[in-house]
Amino acid sequence: MEWIQQLVNGISLGSIYALIALGYTMVYGIIKLINFAHGDVFMLGAFIGFYAIARWEIGFFPALIIAMALCAIIGVVIERVAYKRLRNATRIAALITAIGVSLLIENVVIYFRGASPEAYPEVLPETSINILGVNISSISILILAVTIVLMILLQFIVHKTKIGKAMRAVSLDPDAARLMGINVDNTISATFAIGSALAGAAGVIFGVYYTRIEPLMGVLPGLKAFIAAVFGGIGSIPGAMVGGLSLGVVETVVSALGFSLWRDAAAFVILILILILKPSGIFGKNTREKV
Amino acid sequence: MTEKKTLKRFASVFLASSLIVGALAGCSSNEGTSSTGGSSSSAGESSDVIKIGANLELSGAVASYGSSIKDGAELAIEEINAAGGIDGKQIEFVPVDNKSESAEATNAAIKLATQDKVTAMIAPATSGNAIATAQIANQYKIPTVTASGTAPNVTENEDGTINDFVFRTCFIDPFQGIVAANFASNELEAKNVAIYADNASDYAKGLAASFKEQIEANGGTVVAEEAYVADDTDFKSTLTRIKSANPDFIFIPGYYEEVGLIVKQARELGIEAPLMGADGWDSPTLVELAGAEALNNTFITNHYSSEDPEETIQGFVEAFNAKFSESPNAFHALGYDTVFFIKDAIERAGSTDGEAIQKALAETENLSLITGTFSVDEKHNPVKSATVLEYVDGVQEFNSKVNP
Repeated sequence: MEWIQQLVNGISLGSIYALIALGYTMVYGIIKLINFAHGDVFMLGAFIGFYAIARWEIGFFPALIIAMALCAIIGVVIERVAYKRLRNATRIAALITAIGVSLLIENVVIYFRGASPEAYPEVLPETSINILGVNISSISILILAVTIVLMILLQFIVHKTKIGKAMRAVSLDPDAARLMGINVDNTISATFAIGSALAGAAGVIFGVYYTRIEPLMGVLPGLKAFIAAVFGGIGSIPGAMVGGLSLGVVETVVSALGFSLWRDAAAFVILILILILKPSGIFGKNTREKV
Repeated sequence: MTEKKTLKRFASVFLASSLIVGALAGCSSNEGTSSTGGSSSSAGESSDVIKIGANLELSGAVASYGSSIKDGAELAIEEINAAGGIDGKQIEFVPVDNKSESAEATNAAIKLATQDKVTAMIAPATSGNAIATAQIANQYKIPTVTASGTAPNVTENEDGTINDFVFRTCFIDPFQGIVAANFASNELEAKNVAIYADNASDYAKGLAASFKEQIEANGGTVVAEEAYVADDTDFKSTLTRIKSANPDFIFIPGYYEEVGLIVKQARELGIEAPLMGADGWDSPTLVELAGAEALNNTFITNHYSSEDPEETIQGFVEAFNAKFSESPNAFHALGYDTVFFIKDAIERAGSTDGEAIQKALAETENLSLITGTFSVDEKHNPVKSATVLEYVDGVQEFNSKVNP
């Protein structure tokens, strides 16, 4: 039973990684930029959700939607202010700008509210369901359900809508897309909006699930999600999902074997191995899926 | 890119960075004035006054510890002065902010020793900052007492020598581990115990080691020994591993930020065993993080409890409540006690000479204070009782007092 319990633990952790990884991979797919500020958008989402629940006393789902909407706007603003003018600059310049934006967001939040952690209020009734000796909290089931719904929604947007088609086109060849009459700037903004909304959702889910939020909480999950995106094949949406879930399970297994102090190291070893052995990731060959 | 555009961009970057620098400079100058404000009150020199300096964390990461000690000390000094002072001399309190940094703690100690020429000092609240003042205390022969620096190496150097002029009011870390182990064996009759410690802090590692030694001496078995790193958020996989070892007691030395999550996640996984920690748990944030219900059947060792029915303690709680309109925590009580510890030594020494006071502090015996009655041992550590508290629906309740 212990192993089934560990699998449940791993999937809960992995679904949060997956949600963040989607934003990384979408942005990379479309403008070849590793958006290091993405982890901080995740943090902002967690705080927006927190203030929505604690101050305005609204429920989980309205808070989730508010956080997603505001994060989408923040994502677009970041893209318009910081990245748009660097579109034709070297990739390293854009990358360093992303790190700068990340530090800026963290420190602005610390400046306004301090660095002390905050405890998420209990918004969801907490019950543990015991199935054959495996304890699954109602929250982890809900989180998994929300994650799956968001991922299906994303697949639908990318494959069935006009904006999704535009995103895929821009990802393949921005110049050709522009010649075909696609508004490339708006498409890139839409990508940032969707990716950031997912990060915002992940932030609220993280807060509800793990309770503690703080201004630097985005750093490590952001890096882990980046590993997950690379693992799955950066630029590939199914890759981000599979990469996130696998990384969550791998980390859990490492802890379950008694090497809990090596858990973060294991994640980074995976990154190094992937970059050496198969830089394109698990789903990397699948270029047509790129967004 | 045109030259004009580059210039414009450069100008905007320059403007932004100068704004940031300006803002930072603004912060530091504010702090500067506040700390000098504290010391300027000590300008009037007079031999009728005994100056007690306090080198405390009044801003920065652990500001709540330092400010609590300051409040406790202020109450004590007010009471002593109202009752006629020490041998007819009034106490003058000189608090200095060390910004929760060890370099600043050293600077503050130098300032207190050379500019303010204090008779005795209250050392910083955290062990690391307290150690940073030890050399200055020895050099200028100023008796220095830390209220809450619990690491053994505050008073005892690694080579076994004692910092002559450094003392403390609190018990040391290993003692809490021993108390927890005895409580587990005697009160809870635990046989198979698990330890889940913060691997990144000496405090937690020291507690875990002394707990393990004592519980094994009591005939218990350690069935699982796991560690976590600070700032982790997901403890479920390790807790699942601990659960499968089926312990009837889990010792979790660490700080409230992680412990809150560990307690919550342990209960979610169906771990019903009693959980226990030490003074690192003591924060209102713990209850917010873990939830009141999850905290039931958890215990901590601490320096004191405001719920302790003893008369002197209730008198202190009342007086504190009247002045600050809040219930005093352990840091308040330790700050209060530290002043009385120093006062007692000055009275017995009969002078304000540093070496005489140092000798009196080292000879302290059966001094009855709020956080317990104690004698100072040869390593300058007080030998005193610890209090065990139990969380009942999110509120700390007095459970028992354990003597060394």
